[in-house]
Amino acid sequence: MSNEAATHDHHADHKPPFFQRWFCSTNHKDIGTLYLAISMIAALVGGLMSWYIRLELAEPGIQFLDVENNGFQFYNVLVTAHGFIMVFFVVMPALIGGFGNWFVPLMIGAPDMAFPRMNNISFWLLVAGFILLLLSAVIGDGPGTGWTVYPPLSNSDFHPGPSVDFGILSLHVAGASSILGAINLIVTIFNMRAPGMTIHRMPLFVWSILITAFLLLLALPVLAGALTMLLTDRNFGTHFFDAGAGGDPVLWQHLFWFFGHPEVYIIILPAFGIISQVISTFSKKPIFGYLGMAYAMSAIGVVGFVVWAHHMFTVGFDVDTRAYFTVATMVIAVPTGIKIFSWLATMWGGSIKMEVPMLYALAFIFLFVVGGVTGITLANASADLVFHDTYFVVAHFHYVMAIAAILGMFCGFYYWIGKMCGNQYPRGLAKLQFWVFFIGVNVLFFPQHFSGLAGMPRRIPDYPDAYSGWNYVSSVGALITAVGTLLFFVVLWMTLRSKETVAANQWGEGATTLEWTVPSPAPFHTHEELPDMTGKAPAE
Amino acid sequence: MLKRLFALIPAGFTYLLAGQALADVEMRSSQWQMWLQKPMSESAVLVHDLNLGLMILETVIVLFVLGLMVYILIRFNEKNNPVPSKNTHNTMLEVVWTALPILILVVVAVPSLKALYFTDSNPDVEMNIKVNGNQWYWSYSYPDNGDIAFDSIIVPDGELKPGQPRMLSVDNPLVLPANTKIRFLIASNDVIHNFAMPSLAIKVDATPGRVNEVWTEISEVGNYYAMCSELCGVNHGFMPIHIKAVSKEAFAKWVEEAKEKFADNSSSDYPKTVRLAEAVNNAR
Repeated sequence: MSNEAATHDHHADHKPPFFQRWFCSTNHKDIGTLYLAISMIAALVGGLMSWYIRLELAEPGIQFLDVENNGFQFYNVLVTAHGFIMVFFVVMPALIGGFGNWFVPLMIGAPDMAFPRMNNISFWLLVAGFILLLLSAVIGDGPGTGWTVYPPLSNSDFHPGPSVDFGILSLHVAGASSILGAINLIVTIFNMRAPGMTIHRMPLFVWSILITAFLLLLALPVLAGALTMLLTDRNFGTHFFDAGAGGDPVLWQHLFWFFGHPEVYIIILPAFGIISQVISTFSKKPIFGYLGMAYAMSAIGVVGFVVWAHHMFTVGFDVDTRAYFTVATMVIAVPTGIKIFSWLATMWGGSIKMEVPMLYALAFIFLFVVGGVTGITLANASADLVFHDTYFVVAHFHYVMAIAAILGMFCGFYYWIGKMCGNQYPRGLAKLQFWVFFIGVNVLFFPQHFSGLAGMPRRIPDYPDAYSGWNYVSSVGALITAVGTLLFFVVLWMTLRSKETVAANQWGEGATTLEWTVPSPAPFHTHEELPDMTGKAPAE
Repeated sequence: MLKRLFALIPAGFTYLLAGQALADVEMRSSQWQMWLQKPMSESAVLVHDLNLGLMILETVIVLFVLGLMVYILIRFNEKNNPVPSKNTHNTMLEVVWTALPILILVVVAVPSLKALYFTDSNPDVEMNIKVNGNQWYWSYSYPDNGDIAFDSIIVPDGELKPGQPRMLSVDNPLVLPANTKIRFLIASNDVIHNFAMPSLAIKVDATPGRVNEVWTEISEVGNYYAMCSELCGVNHGFMPIHIKAVSKEAFAKWVEEAKEKFADNSSSDYPKTVRLAEAVNNAR
């Protein structure tokens, strides 16, 4: 057996030379690694922007912005770029491009992705998009429009110069990257499952990626259309969003949020998938209510397409329209509730081992519940009369989507890093990193609920003195979070240099999915002989 | 001693104790405030009560999940429960945790929609105010009071008089009569702004090309402060809204003074969109 494995490995690990391997890669694992790398780089850039914002907001008055030199525009550019970078170049690349690429083929028993070369261009389009976005921020005055890019503020009257055009092109390119990636994932999951790996035996992470890919495929073309209309409004004399010429600025908001709301589920669903795998592994129990979990995610995906206007309750809708979007939005709470309770029921009766990935999974559940319940408040069009555009919204979406997604990423990292590089992460330091980061984000974002309740608007570089208390606390939280982030890079560096290797199945009896059947690190080519799942129990 | 205790209570709640004692209310946030500003209109009371109920419900949900998690982690950790069960289904449980949230949401929807329909419009309004957003100030006009029109611009930090809150004070506040049903007609001359007032539960976009409406009835005389609530460019943070609510008598007096004071503001300061609508009407 050992002999056989050794020869297998030797053959499987025949890797191309450096340039060919990393720049012309068609290997799902290498492309996954590249995605994770760009995500980490972008996270530092986006993180630096948010720390600068928190630094400025630590005290009332203007301390760091150069007001004489268009400092307030620079502040708006930071707010805009932070949002774009975190959504399009940190969370999506890590969860979908990174872990999706790495583990979807491994988990369904496929040798690689269905379209390896398309996989390559997906990644490099993303790099191009990231460069375009960074250029947009440094060319001219930068886009100070917020990530929502509402016209007329984003049209050529109020943002002349090329920076908004660069931003639009960046999203076009990143969107094309995601659409290609989504097609690749869908085809891979539908066509390349190992014999016997039926749809209802797929691990929940694969389910989550499948649903995410469909959301991408349906939502991104709408964004692309809207961006094209904005681009022609800005440059070629059309008036889609120009009220003075018969267009309508609110049309943009409809198109943007028809993409934008599914986008938040695109961000969080893969994290759901990772959490499901981790909870099941460390409880040493199959997932409770596997089918319910899979179809709850599908339901979230479907309902996510008919709730977009809850982002626009203040635009002057008819009251019946607002009543509909209030009720439809609240419906989302039902499938998300099913997921939370099913995770708890999975742990119930289990034999729980508190490894670092499990800590992150539990923290994810807590943060997601805190952020989720405030979503019930914000679903109400009447409550929005006080909450719209306040820090309460900022606190809500950072809890439920941003930080929850980041915790999902850390969770996946600690869960799979052994499989990806073959080394054991430093356990003590990883635990410390978890606690610092977890405490940091809560100190950072929880007080923002209070600022928002008191009425503090978003996207302002200075605030009335009454808000200084909670803003100071929030900025201290940002500092703690920054330490937690740096600790993560120390952990990463130590893991890659570690001498302690891990076994093929690092986590023992609870880890039942197929990636734990291949050696660690996973060889360059896996599943050369397809595993046969015929007659095996469901993946739950 | 008692006073010190009261000081510890989060500022947002102190109004419950202060009651009606203050003559002129000063409606803006206070340091360490953790709750909504005091509701000063019927709409705001409904929204305030809805939010209170929701927040209690949400706190209970969070504590329930947290408690369950802690119990599970103690009861079912590796030491206390070395052999995991293989139980993965319980139909009854799944039906309950699907149906119960639906029931809760139905219960939430009733007061929520009631508040929504109440706040939407009121056919019995007694006067209209036109609000226009500009980069970066507000223009107000009084079509029912001799077309008084003026701009309302922030007072820079260096020019604040004692008692004027920083970033919230303007040169010409929007003077309104208390206990009067007022309809705001809200539009914009350039980009999208948002006319807001937390203590009155008002938040409406000022969008070029359309006129949005909202109504209110301010219950007490005083000063009400808010800020523009939609990103509108470089000085978005510096176009506050200051409503000065006065008694009906004082308002009538102010109208006469204002007619003189703002006499130079010709009707060309009229909101563009409203002028356009009028032109269309006249043509007919």
